[in-house]
Amino acid sequence: MELRDFWGKSSKSWLFLILLFVASFGFYSNVFNWIPRWRQREVSQSCEAHHLQGQRESPPLSEGDCCPDTCRVPRVPRMLYPKAHVLQPTRVDVLLMTPWFAPIIWDGTYDSAILNAQFKNTTIGVVVFAIKKYVVFLKLFLETAEKYFMVGHRVIYYILTDRPADVPQIPLQEGRRVVILQVRNYTRWQDVVLHRMEMISNFSQQRFLHEVDYLVSADIDMKFSDHVGVEILSSLFGTLHPGFYASDRRRFTYERRPLSQAYIPEDEGDFYYAAALYGGSVAEVYRLATACHQATLIDKANGIEAVWHEESHLNKYLLYHKPTKVLSPEYVWDERMLRKPPYLRRLRYVAVPKNHAQIRSR
Amino acid sequence: MRRHRLAIGLGVCLLVGTVLCTLWVYVEDWLPVSYVPYYLPCPEILSRYPQPKLLEQRPTELLTLTPWLAPIVSEGTFNAELLQHIYQPLNLTIGLTVFAVGKYTHFVQHFLESAERFFMHGYRVCYYVFTDDPTAIPQVPLGPGRRLGIIPIQRHSRWEEISTRRMEIISQHIAKRAHQEVDYLFCVDVDMVFRNPWGPETLGDLVAAIHPGYYAVPRQQFPYERRHVSTAFVADGEGDFYYGGAVFGGRVANVYEFTRGCHMAILADKANGIMAAWQEESHLNRRFISHKPSKVLSPEYLWDDRKRQPPSLKLIRFSTLDKDTSWLRS
Repeated sequence: MELRDFWGKSSKSWLFLILLFVASFGFYSNVFNWIPRWRQREVSQSCEAHHLQGQRESPPLSEGDCCPDTCRVPRVPRMLYPKAHVLQPTRVDVLLMTPWFAPIIWDGTYDSAILNAQFKNTTIGVVVFAIKKYVVFLKLFLETAEKYFMVGHRVIYYILTDRPADVPQIPLQEGRRVVILQVRNYTRWQDVVLHRMEMISNFSQQRFLHEVDYLVSADIDMKFSDHVGVEILSSLFGTLHPGFYASDRRRFTYERRPLSQAYIPEDEGDFYYAAALYGGSVAEVYRLATACHQATLIDKANGIEAVWHEESHLNKYLLYHKPTKVLSPEYVWDERMLRKPPYLRRLRYVAVPKNHAQIRSR
Repeated sequence: MRRHRLAIGLGVCLLVGTVLCTLWVYVEDWLPVSYVPYYLPCPEILSRYPQPKLLEQRPTELLTLTPWLAPIVSEGTFNAELLQHIYQPLNLTIGLTVFAVGKYTHFVQHFLESAERFFMHGYRVCYYVFTDDPTAIPQVPLGPGRRLGIIPIQRHSRWEEISTRRMEIISQHIAKRAHQEVDYLFCVDVDMVFRNPWGPETLGDLVAAIHPGYYAVPRQQFPYERRHVSTAFVADGEGDFYYGGAVFGGRVANVYEFTRGCHMAILADKANGIMAAWQEESHLNRRFISHKPSKVLSPEYLWDDRKRQPPSLKLIRFSTLDKDTSWLRS
């Protein structure tokens, strides 16, 4: 009764209050736009949306928040460099471009000066996993990365580890920083590897999208031994596995059991990509990681584990979502296991010797 | 008492408003990010194609990549079927602009007929014909999903004037209409014909074509504008390729930026009482040095039939029609 009286006597003022509420709601939504953090989030989301709905082709290879691949054509200043010759290919001993126009990055095919100008305001994120004993590789990885990786550009090293205290303090160049992200470990090393995609997927959404333009996923038990720069950056890139670049597709170690999500039949396949180095724009890496993680879950439900774990799923994804750049085996090599052929002019990112049994144990 | 209630009510509303807005902002973060797939997965049916050979020995061939890693498109560098499977599901519409002013309307018939045969077969296409005499544009039968738009423009007395106004007209047309109708846009000359398939291998963010007359000469011999006063000035040590003004294109937004940039440069020159050596082609070349194309078409895509076809160019797709220029420009 009281309530009805309450309403009846002051219905006009309640109406007024409701109108006021609606007005303040409108006011608030504008206020939130003024707060820089929210606006930045919106802008980066709308840029990604533009990229995702508008961008169809590689873009290849550009709005201040957008990376060159997704939005405007980047402007380069006046530069002096030797002219390319239309009738003289830069390399005749190797394939330089895939049939879907993705450049294959070999030494001598690119001009770093032009590319650095095009990628001037780009931030690159590197994701590495240092789980359990693998923390010992961090020091050499970071030291060599400081010397050779994306020198002159803004870099964020994302170290995903279960032992944050064991991460060494490495002096970093200007514009580069380390972000340590705590993750859980798994008993089996196969599980550690399989869950990397899940972690990349989660962190892409939470963090990477707002902090970097491009994301590079790299193995930790490796070191940089020569220049690795912005020539690798594009919407989605993979690296040719050093053990299979010259093999026929039937000898690729794809997952060959039809039950697995990573199954690839013998008459399919372009290249065998290495899981040691892949990446792209944050949106594309997110998509790749999510797809691979979901495929892993389905496999688990069916009681099967892909023969090369994450790498098998990566290869399946890149077969049906063609990368926009492919890195030659210069970018992932193992000096002890492979003899260096003459057309491999540089070794940029090489394996560090390790005792498998020891390092993968508790 | 009423005022007291009013104040409480107002306070409650503001509080509820704040809570709802904050909740909304955070809920947005929780929602799973849903992206429109940018790369639709290739259907399995297409995967039966030969494996790319990494260690191939190639004899005399064209350069396949520019120093900034843009592909140079020529026959043999791409798998047409694979590209078709990638691009077809995207439901793209490609625009094609031509200018047919004065006596150049005579070329439209042949141009459109050849385009119907070879240009972007199987895709939605919008032809935009800019002309001063819409009645002179013939009715050419068009395939399904392809249409023709005739846009009247003003006639100028000097042919150079017509040529330099193209950038302005294209950029205005994009702003007014084309940005809503097409995804990609190509701007070509009308006194040419398509002779072989021109497909999705040409699609890119910003596409330029190498001029057939200068692909084998050093940059000092390129007919750049060499007078310092012009905005199209290119110094001796600069320049990648000499691009032809007869073909350029790309994603609609990029073509808009490009044509607008060229138009502004042309206006600046006009204010200084200078006209570049090759009109808009000079400005196009100047702009392509600072805004490098993401894809370059080999001279297969812009050829001059009077030249002898070299062995490195396997398939001429778009070339000139022999014409008497003096009669046309009178």
